[in-house]
Amino acid sequence: MSAVITGLGIAAPNGLGTEEVWRSTLAGTSGIGPITRFDASGYPVRLAGEIPGFEVSEHVPSRLVPQTDRMTQLALAASGWALEDAGVDPQRFDDLEMGVVTANSSGGFEFGQRELEKLWAQGPEYVSAYQSFAWFYAVNTGQLSIRHGMSGPTGVTVAEQAGGLDALGQARRQLSKGVRLVLTGGMDASLCPWGLVAQLPSGLLSEQPDPERAFLPFDTGASGQVLGEGGAILVMEPAASARERGAPQLYGEIAGYCATFDPRPGSGRPSRLAAAMRGALDSAGLTPEEVDVVFADASGVPELDRAEAEAITGLFGPRGVPVTAPKTMFGRLSSGGAPVDVALALLALRDGVIPPSVNVTAPAEEYRLDLVTEARPARLRTALVVARGYGGFNTALAVRQI
Amino acid sequence: MDRLVAITGIGVVAPGDPGTKAFWDLVVSGRTATRTISGFDPSPYRSRVAAQCVFDPLQAGLGLQEVRRLDRAAQLAVVATREAMADSGLELAQERPERMAVCLGSAVGCTMSLEAEYAVVSDSGRRWEVDHTYAMPHLPDYFVPSSLAAEVAWTAGAEGPVNMVSAGCTSGLDAVGYACDLIREGSADIVVTGGTDAPISPITVACFDAIKATSTHNDDPEHAMRPFDRTRNGFVLAEGAAVLVLEEAERARRRGARIYALISGFAARSNAYHMTGLRADGREMAAAIDAALAEARLAPEAIDYVNAHGTGTRQNDRHETNAFKRALGDHAYRTPVSSIKSMIGHSLGAIGSIEIAACALAIEHGTIPPTANLTEPDPELDLDYVPLTARERDLDAVLTVGSGFGGFQSAMVLTRPGAVRA
Repeated sequence: MSAVITGLGIAAPNGLGTEEVWRSTLAGTSGIGPITRFDASGYPVRLAGEIPGFEVSEHVPSRLVPQTDRMTQLALAASGWALEDAGVDPQRFDDLEMGVVTANSSGGFEFGQRELEKLWAQGPEYVSAYQSFAWFYAVNTGQLSIRHGMSGPTGVTVAEQAGGLDALGQARRQLSKGVRLVLTGGMDASLCPWGLVAQLPSGLLSEQPDPERAFLPFDTGASGQVLGEGGAILVMEPAASARERGAPQLYGEIAGYCATFDPRPGSGRPSRLAAAMRGALDSAGLTPEEVDVVFADASGVPELDRAEAEAITGLFGPRGVPVTAPKTMFGRLSSGGAPVDVALALLALRDGVIPPSVNVTAPAEEYRLDLVTEARPARLRTALVVARGYGGFNTALAVRQI
Repeated sequence: MDRLVAITGIGVVAPGDPGTKAFWDLVVSGRTATRTISGFDPSPYRSRVAAQCVFDPLQAGLGLQEVRRLDRAAQLAVVATREAMADSGLELAQERPERMAVCLGSAVGCTMSLEAEYAVVSDSGRRWEVDHTYAMPHLPDYFVPSSLAAEVAWTAGAEGPVNMVSAGCTSGLDAVGYACDLIREGSADIVVTGGTDAPISPITVACFDAIKATSTHNDDPEHAMRPFDRTRNGFVLAEGAAVLVLEEAERARRRGARIYALISGFAARSNAYHMTGLRADGREMAAAIDAALAEARLAPEAIDYVNAHGTGTRQNDRHETNAFKRALGDHAYRTPVSSIKSMIGHSLGAIGSIEIAACALAIEHGTIPPTANLTEPDPELDLDYVPLTARERDLDAVLTVGSGFGGFQSAMVLTRPGAVRA
């Protein structure tokens, strides 16, 4: 069974909707800027990748608006775009043949902050009846299945950034068991004071105030990460069934996938990132020479950048493959980041152009990467997407044109 | 040949005393661990009952730094993992870490620590722009619930695929289902899997109060959770963890491991209807049961016992009774069905795994745990719910189900090792 992606829905800080994000991304338009959603002046981090101009009433039924956090609203919108792109009317499918497997990492955190505030400042009787299902990590899978009438296999994977690829891997497993369609991907949005403060102590966030200097993975000036909101929802189907129903396009197949985990810090054992990358290629039956571009995890934290660069050069050789990080325009989107990279990789295959990493003006020579810093036309058949989740999670996924 | 999945190790920290033995002794006794909430003042709440673990982390073998770093859900999971690993008899030095995986379920992650930290940085909800200078260093671990899976992986020494499944109240079943896939497809030979949740804190209690899902039998806490009883009025919130060691069965046999049970089938479906509501007909749970039986290559008549979701809400017990009839046909009327939640409450993303452990132990001991507190049958619910007293019976195949917010319905089939397949 070949699992193919037939529909894309992207919500990112530089655009809403697949083609808008793709145009902005090729043009190198960054969505990283000063935080406007709340007063961040008292925090050491004051930049983020916010999605501007998302009019929730245009995308989400009014009844659902007070019941849902922003990340669910974005997921609902993106799922609609993905189905439309795939030419799928869910009502024409058997409900039990359609599944939903999404990744999530922070739940409806802003919704949660509001309800925690009511609880602690006013009392339990002020907590919303919607809190019980608006904030938990499974909410997007649940709401998407209800919205589109999909009663087939469900799933929710959590491994921060890496979870976004785990969701796609799990969606592919469901297809191999006979399901006809799975809505998959990931979406996170936790740009609220409590969401920022909960991540500050990691020490991974950049305190650089200049939006063009804050998030510079693989650059000599790398100073950490910038948080963003967004993600992508994808339609995945068996190739045969997608062709049979006359899907408007088969963007590409999920050729291979692998997940590994790092040993406990301080154990002296080596990272398992390279093993995840190699495992994804092995499971796809690919040699490194057949990979045309790598969408890097691109941490932006120097020691993590070095580890990834070593894994890439170890597998592909020094400057052996073009490497890119469009997330330099979004920030780190948590569980949404890798699905966005997969969507962009598929668009890159379609259009024969590698999207750029922006603002990386001084790539560190010692990393020996062929870092793509301006949109680069290329003949592309296969892309490898890499994602690392906070705490030692590594995943890699290969997509290939068919 | 198909790769079969064997359970070779069990670790449980359930309400009452910790450890698998204490857990099993409790659930076959018909006694309960539901009590008035003692962790904070429950007086402002509608439901004031919970099933708490008698758990001292230091006594359970955790170090001071682990106690400081780990949310209670992580503490329970790490202790359950240590018990499961020891029980499995695996010699870690002889295992290849890259062939070991972890798949852990949790519905609400590190919610207790998150709430405690929120209360401090917000100065008890007084400020929206919370004060980062009061944030503790481990807060990012609580923010990403996958830290729970990471702790289990480090405890078990796993370096293969590690994942957390957070599908609400079916997490504990779905995580083990995911783990079975990893073994069957050959991504791992050993998977340390299970579920953990420690949700007994003000925000979770307030959440379930707001939708009237939890029991208000506050004046009789030991009998507050009454699945399938006419007087049932909701579940009792609980905490706990169960961790299982799963191994490819042939490999487990070769090393002479004790095999409690095989996991022969699993499926998850969704009702695509409502985040918290259930249609009475049980169609999607029945579809999950059908698919799990098909994967196990078993006929409905092969099922000897059903471990019910049995939350004791008005709608759940009706919903799943109909699902059992739909999936098992007339055989449903001949099959014992029980809810151990009547004794240990509903620990959200952990309970599915705790119930898998109960099913494996039921097969091992030939004993069906009862449904406690079932003294006034509901005329609408007409199956054999094994009231009050455990029952001896040889079990070749058992079914366990879960149902959760989001509309999720999951079903798993366990079989006795060596039992003939239908």
